[in-house]
Amino acid sequence: MVERIVIIGAGQAGAQAIATLRAEGFAGSLTLVGDEAYPPYQRPPLSKAYLAGDFARERLFLKPDAFYAEAACELRLSLAAAAIDRRSKTVALSDGTKLSYDRLLLTTGARVRKLPVPGAALAGVYYLRGIADVDALRQHFQPGTRLAVVGGGYIGLEVAAVAVKHGLKVTVIEAADRVLVRAASPEISAFYEKVHRTNGVDFVLGAMAQRFEGNARAEGVSTNLGRVEADFILAGIGIVPNCELAEATGLACDNGISVDEYGVTSDPDIFAAGDCTSHPGFAGGRVRLESVQNAIDQAKHAALAMVGKPLAYREVPWFWSDQYDLKLQIAGLARPGDTRVLRGNPETRKFSVFHLRDGVVAAVEAVNAAPDYIVGRRLIAAHATIAPERLQDISVPAKSLA
Amino acid sequence: MPKITYIEHNGKEHIAEVPVGWTVMEGAVKNRIPGIDADCGGACACATCHVYVDPAWLPKLAPRQDMEEQMLDFAQELKSNSRLSCQIKVTPELDGLVVRTPKDQH
Repeated sequence: MVERIVIIGAGQAGAQAIATLRAEGFAGSLTLVGDEAYPPYQRPPLSKAYLAGDFARERLFLKPDAFYAEAACELRLSLAAAAIDRRSKTVALSDGTKLSYDRLLLTTGARVRKLPVPGAALAGVYYLRGIADVDALRQHFQPGTRLAVVGGGYIGLEVAAVAVKHGLKVTVIEAADRVLVRAASPEISAFYEKVHRTNGVDFVLGAMAQRFEGNARAEGVSTNLGRVEADFILAGIGIVPNCELAEATGLACDNGISVDEYGVTSDPDIFAAGDCTSHPGFAGGRVRLESVQNAIDQAKHAALAMVGKPLAYREVPWFWSDQYDLKLQIAGLARPGDTRVLRGNPETRKFSVFHLRDGVVAAVEAVNAAPDYIVGRRLIAAHATIAPERLQDISVPAKSLA
Repeated sequence: MPKITYIEHNGKEHIAEVPVGWTVMEGAVKNRIPGIDADCGGACACATCHVYVDPAWLPKLAPRQDMEEQMLDFAQELKSNSRLSCQIKVTPELDGLVVRTPKDQH
């Protein structure tokens, strides 16, 4: 009999799990533990509208307080889970209290990867993951201020876009020879680099950040290609899954807490969902995804399994990024060996890149091209094959491709 | 604060006060009104916040932008008064707005 469910981690996945557990009829006690001071909130706007000052903080919260009251979910905030004792089925919290569980859900998320270089502890070096990070970063958003961004990934580029619009002088330092190297195709990388340059962002590609310069405050970044002067620094070089709690109690972890397609860990009473997990991928092979979609969908499936209604997680991954007036929407997971088919012309600021694997649509990246994205998602879900010539022909409406 | 009436597919009515500057989608989510999923949180990236705007109110809304138009083209049971509620910004003039939610968001 499942009477007590404890959720560790107050993010998107945790909030979704509460909703699904109650919607599926779980009537027992429910507790959500979170180490931030806030109830679950949206992270995507942090590097976009919230950073830009266009989005008040109260709009970030995923659910109103009344949701938790109505769901009879106890919120234990500003508290970390210190240890899980699987024998007694208890979780010890950082304030010394213990919570008993029949089933436990780990939605511990991820934390920023820190750059281990000299000067890392200087004032004026920032990372971006939570509300507090952005509140601190935003103080520097004054016209003329120089920002060095280390890392040309989504966080770095989204911050760069907001910063140049606020009149800052922005330089992006990227170790690879192109931006978005980890999560976009070369066509998309080239397009975004050009857009940023047009908007006034400078890039130093193929540059390894070796040292943050400065005495008390950061004054620049030294790289193997020279020094970039800056009044403050944002490092966005990826995230690391929070799986130490799981590891310490002996749960299998493999680049994230290992779960099956139902969200079950190596302990049948412990489940996990969201950024912290590695799971059987949509297209085979274990993956760890860092996205809202994965947090929502995996949490739904884990919650279903927790109440005895297991349903395999097979949703097509999707993701988006907003920069300037451009919306990038991605579905599926691309791989290096895929055949890439360009649909439309990047010069028109409206195009997409389809990825075919053995002729089957595996992924799509669409810039200001929602129909291509939606159709791509459907084709991917259906494991459909399609002739590259058809995809390339923009006289064929996207809608008729699926 | 403007009041917005949300009517579920089954006819159930909810009236919510929504701050100016928020979106009609946020008003629904923050007031726990069923029928609007809004998985992406309002980024016009998922098309799960489709609503039908009461025709009397259509002239008071800013017209659909290109991206909304494109996303809506794929919505189930698209009608001429279909909108993505994440793209409707609440203004004082929208006090009294009535929207209906579709049977299904996917």
